[in-house]
Amino acid sequence: MRDILGLVLKRLGLGLVTLLVISVIIFFMVELLPGDLAQAVLGQGATQETVEALRQELGLDRPAVVRYLDWLSGAVVGDFGTSLISGDSVGDAISDRFLNTLFLAAYAAVIAVPLAICLGVLVALLRNSLFDRIANVLTLTSISSPEFFLGYILIFYLAVKTGLFPAISSLSGDMTFGELLERTFLPALTLVLVVTAHMMRMTRAAIINLLASPYIEMARLKGAPPWKVIARHALPNAWAPIINVVALNLAYLITGVVLVEVVFVYPGIGQLLVDAVAKRDFPIVQACCLIFAATFILLNLAADVGAILTNPRLRHPK
Amino acid sequence: MNVFAVTYFAFLIIASSFAAFQQRRGPFMILFSLTLASFVLAIVGGTSALRSVAVGAGLLAFAASIAYCFREFLVIIMPTGIARELRTAPLTAAFGLFVIFTYAIAGIFAPWIAPYGESEIISSAFAPADENMLLGADQLGRDMFSRIVYGARNSVGLALVATVSAFFMGALGGLLAATKGGWFDQFLGRAADVIMSIPSLIFALLMLSIFGPRIIVIIIAVAIIYAPRVFRLTRAVAGNVVVMDYIEAAKLRGERTWYLIRKEILPNSTAPLVAEFGLEFCFVFLLVAGLSFLGLGIQPPTADWGSMVRENATLISFGDLTPLIPAAAIALLTVAVNFVVDWMLFRSSGLKE
Repeated sequence: MRDILGLVLKRLGLGLVTLLVISVIIFFMVELLPGDLAQAVLGQGATQETVEALRQELGLDRPAVVRYLDWLSGAVVGDFGTSLISGDSVGDAISDRFLNTLFLAAYAAVIAVPLAICLGVLVALLRNSLFDRIANVLTLTSISSPEFFLGYILIFYLAVKTGLFPAISSLSGDMTFGELLERTFLPALTLVLVVTAHMMRMTRAAIINLLASPYIEMARLKGAPPWKVIARHALPNAWAPIINVVALNLAYLITGVVLVEVVFVYPGIGQLLVDAVAKRDFPIVQACCLIFAATFILLNLAADVGAILTNPRLRHPK
Repeated sequence: MNVFAVTYFAFLIIASSFAAFQQRRGPFMILFSLTLASFVLAIVGGTSALRSVAVGAGLLAFAASIAYCFREFLVIIMPTGIARELRTAPLTAAFGLFVIFTYAIAGIFAPWIAPYGESEIISSAFAPADENMLLGADQLGRDMFSRIVYGARNSVGLALVATVSAFFMGALGGLLAATKGGWFDQFLGRAADVIMSIPSLIFALLMLSIFGPRIIVIIIAVAIIYAPRVFRLTRAVAGNVVVMDYIEAAKLRGERTWYLIRKEILPNSTAPLVAEFGLEFCFVFLLVAGLSFLGLGIQPPTADWGSMVRENATLISFGDLTPLIPAAAIALLTVAVNFVVDWMLFRSSGLKE
């Protein structure tokens, strides 16, 4: 048990270092702006005095390293400074929207993960059959379509033509949970389609890889019934790749959410990020990027830890 | 019962009997299960459902016959070595090649194919299709069809240039890392790890917010984001080649690193790299399309598929699917490239799974 804990802690430490490096990249990339932040915000027409005043206000007269440490210590407790456009606190603007985004991602994940794993295993067991071929073409098409294409197609058939679901997911505080689920059904379904396709293909590949190993053949040859080959011999070894697939795709979900939020005008953090990029509101861009990157790293970390816990071979690295 | 439904079922039943008579199990199963499913469909959806099934099957058959003809055409005009490879290509790959060929023609000869210029305003906003405009007008009154044709040049061209630069950077880095080894290898490996742990769309948005949505910025951003993936693959493939005896012999002959890369390593790792190029292109194309959909790609008035979808999206809520044609064009090209890549991977690995 001790060595597992050590390995997990080591992975966590590595993840933390990566996050730190990424925060450095995110912060110092803004320093690469032609001129500096104050000049970029005010544009060409600004007088020397106003630029100086804004520089004072943003604290640009201090060295970059000090400002970075300031920003990082604030970010750890959820304080990302103030927006350049509206002057509001970035932390307040983000917190609600971040919860909305998490809700959407969780909604999609709850549907997509069991569906994709069941279908993936099924396709792997029925490989090279007609069903497998059709599933292959369908998942390939779904992966190859841009998210906004799928989103608009769903809007067209399920909102405009039949009127089953609302095309725009506007949320308000006093909605019941059922209403919330109905309002966010189309964006969630778009994400489900994309992620399920990815996950199915990866699960299929992992299971087929597993079924080709000699001990499965051995189990078959000694006459074990098919369900027992799957349940007793294949499944315990399949958990590691499946956990990996799930975590990787949840990480993918986090970025896929940006485009889907824009299509459905969903009040999430992705929409906020896109608006801030267009308006060049750097504190919001930095905060959103840091949050997305942190979630991404966390999920990849979860995949690694899950793999260590379910695969004893990884506990004894050579 | 109308004439259409009767012909539909008669055709299916005769075709499946013929397949059964010829002892072809696969086609028989497809045709007969389609017949059974059609019974259910006809009861639930009526003739219109059957009609859409017939149209779908017709399109599929049309695509298959185009792919078949195109493969035969290529086999005849190509020199013997390539022709032998092409003869074994599955129909999906041939279809993919045909689609890529069509897009290339549309992109190269755009000014001759398109009836109007890409930013030429010729009618009122959202004018419906007539004999002058095949697909109607967009939100400013520009010809939609012309813009889609020009989009093949702009969108695909941008994605291609970005992929080539990412591939060049990544492959060069991977080859150098594999031949040189040591701290250079370690440094590039760690740098690639860090870049790959930032989600690609987020990284692109960060760079675009700082340097502004200009084409050169998009190309550099995509190159930085996707080079690490190419780097890893090249490093792994070249790493297997570098330990071969003939590399050792070349080193003992006193050949320089550049010669080793060009004459010894590269020819022995082309197949996986070509397949990787196709896959990278798909990722880059989707990323660039996403960026331009968000209004951060090629700037107007230049025609671009991603931004065209966004600009005309209001039409969708009036029940018009025309704005989705550019998006479908993106999806079709990506599927086509994937089909070809699948075939190449299959060929280079020789795997049966």
